[in-house]
Amino acid sequence: MAKVKSLADLKKMKEQLQSKVDLREKGEDPESRVQIKVAMATCGIASGAKTVMDYFLEELDKRSIDAVITQTGCMGYCYAEPTIEVKLPGQEPVVIGYVDVKKADEIIEKYIKNGELVDGIIPMNYNTIDNQ
Amino acid sequence: MHMLVCGGTGCRASASDAIVETLNSELAAKGMENEVQVIMTGCFGFCEKGPIVKILPDNTFYTQVTPADSAEIVAEHIVKGRKVNRLLYTDPENKEHISDSKHMGFYKKQLRIALRNCGVINPENVEEYIARDGYQAIGKVFEMGAQATIEQMKKSGLRGRGGGGFPTGLKWEIASKNHADQKYVVCNADEGDPGAFMDRSILEGDPHSVIEAMTINGFCIGATKGLVYIRAEYPLAIKRLQIAIDQAREYGLLGKDILGSGFDFDIELRYGAGAFVCGEETALIHSMEGERGEPTVKPPFPAESGYLGKPTNVNNVETFANIPVIILKGAEWFSAIGSEKSKGTKVFALAGKINNVGLIEVPMGTTLREVIYEIGGGIKNGKKFKAVQTGGPSGGCLTEKHLDTPIDYDNLLAVGSMMGSGGMIVMDEDDCMVSVAKFYLEFTVEESCGKCSPCRIGNKRLHELLERITKGEGTMEDLDRLRNLSHVIKDSSLCGLGQTSPNPVLSTLDNFYDEYVAHVTERKCPAGQCKSLMQYVIDQEACVGCTACARNCPVNAIAGDRKKPHVIDTSICIKCGACIEKCKFNAISIQ
Repeated sequence: MAKVKSLADLKKMKEQLQSKVDLREKGEDPESRVQIKVAMATCGIASGAKTVMDYFLEELDKRSIDAVITQTGCMGYCYAEPTIEVKLPGQEPVVIGYVDVKKADEIIEKYIKNGELVDGIIPMNYNTIDNQ
Repeated sequence: MHMLVCGGTGCRASASDAIVETLNSELAAKGMENEVQVIMTGCFGFCEKGPIVKILPDNTFYTQVTPADSAEIVAEHIVKGRKVNRLLYTDPENKEHISDSKHMGFYKKQLRIALRNCGVINPENVEEYIARDGYQAIGKVFEMGAQATIEQMKKSGLRGRGGGGFPTGLKWEIASKNHADQKYVVCNADEGDPGAFMDRSILEGDPHSVIEAMTINGFCIGATKGLVYIRAEYPLAIKRLQIAIDQAREYGLLGKDILGSGFDFDIELRYGAGAFVCGEETALIHSMEGERGEPTVKPPFPAESGYLGKPTNVNNVETFANIPVIILKGAEWFSAIGSEKSKGTKVFALAGKINNVGLIEVPMGTTLREVIYEIGGGIKNGKKFKAVQTGGPSGGCLTEKHLDTPIDYDNLLAVGSMMGSGGMIVMDEDDCMVSVAKFYLEFTVEESCGKCSPCRIGNKRLHELLERITKGEGTMEDLDRLRNLSHVIKDSSLCGLGQTSPNPVLSTLDNFYDEYVAHVTERKCPAGQCKSLMQYVIDQEACVGCTACARNCPVNAIAGDRKKPHVIDTSICIKCGACIEKCKFNAISIQ
């Protein structure tokens, strides 16, 4: 990786990374994929997030669903760990709590394959600095 | 189409299960069960107006719905496409119905500034941080210059989030004015309050924001070295922070000549062994130097003589996490959030007898009631709220009458607690406040470094007094002694640990004096927690002599003939509660 040499460099890099993310999120890219984020802070991992993440990695591959699975930090819903966020191309992201392997299977079959929501969705209950 | 019904504990208590049922049966009656799906969700954080039903995709937000409303919602909204106006949220100001929850952002009590990237980005990938404006604040600071940046920090009104609440800008200014060949920036990641995990979550979820802010701090005060003092008990935070530091170096965002500015800065980690007192900045610095982790008298402040005797600026993790946003969005933006003397937001770790345990971030000035009943979803199992403990072992217990207090540094101090680092432990009617005070004292006795006698000996004596009271051996004089000794410890201890350690005792004495008196005069624990003061008694009328209790008693303290009332021998009873669990006739009670 070449070093970032100036603020202009950094801004250019940000634009590129941002548009890469946007393409993925807005689904304008023909390769647009399902995105799953697993909350992997200490609280999540202690409740079994690692198992859930491994399950998604394995099963989505097995069931030939093109998806990007990443880890992220604490979403704040410690009472409902493990929590994950699923984003289907062109749609608002959805956060789901109490995800175990069984729930993960339901999410793949119902939501990811058919767009049917599942029980246990956690509504976003905070404002961000972007919509403030 | 989807109908989302709130399945938070509060809404469930108001029959949201029945709402799901009636909605489903109404949909089936109209033959629409395959087109509309009814979903149970987690808490919307708007329990005051629950139960909530939200319809997607049009974002209609119905409040205070009852099972009887299901027919109308299905017939009007789903079949005819007309919203049911009487169930829409009414704006309290202009009395207008608000149908689209996109315009209802105001109901969301939380605002995430310090937590902006937690749960959003992958903390092990610097590119995701850059894509969300990461490291741009450094660039801006290089353009603005150190002086102007410090001015911005002062104008923003940001105060230290570790608990002290000292103005951050002022701290930076003092450090910048002290000249030396080498200065240091230290990040205090020695989060020690029981139940607090804000700093850990930030480091695990967004380590780059801390790195960026430390670099900004270094540039402003003229320091080229940064140190993070982090507890060794946080292995994941350490791992992610180290990955972040390595990636930042690789991208040239740490190291020599950052962004072509000619400014050099690098960060190293220092591990703490988990001593509570090392959260105090002078003790922290001594620990980093390899000395004993004991505090020293201030002045000299670390800004004059800190790490290795050089000027050092110490800030907490959450304080740092706020800084890049303040730089990018400006001091005015930040100072518009919060209360008059406390600006911005505060992260709290919500724990205890509360439904939505978790990590929350609210603007300063939000009331305790909003935090506990809205965001926290109320008390577990429908029990009664008793107290909320803020500020950890240095804080106090607040009660019902303080619930409408807007949370900020000064208000919490005024009512006998403190902001602290952000632990918030909620207690219900089953918690004994004398035992709570004793719990915190146990912690301080254990964690006292022993350097000064008021803290080392005084807290020990306080603990002994509390122990006596919970055993039913206390006297009324002991209550006065508790108070006097508390004041002596507060006035004469060397550092913050001792100066604040009696706070849990004083605040429970102030707010729950009756409970102390009951322990002393009646030898009773009103909450039924102090084992020495409890007696298990079998109601001779209700007992049918089934022998279930006697068979399950581990110490054979229960005697009685078959089909005749049983009796507990209280001199043998160990108060384990096994008999109560086994009794099917509710014949055993605690007195």
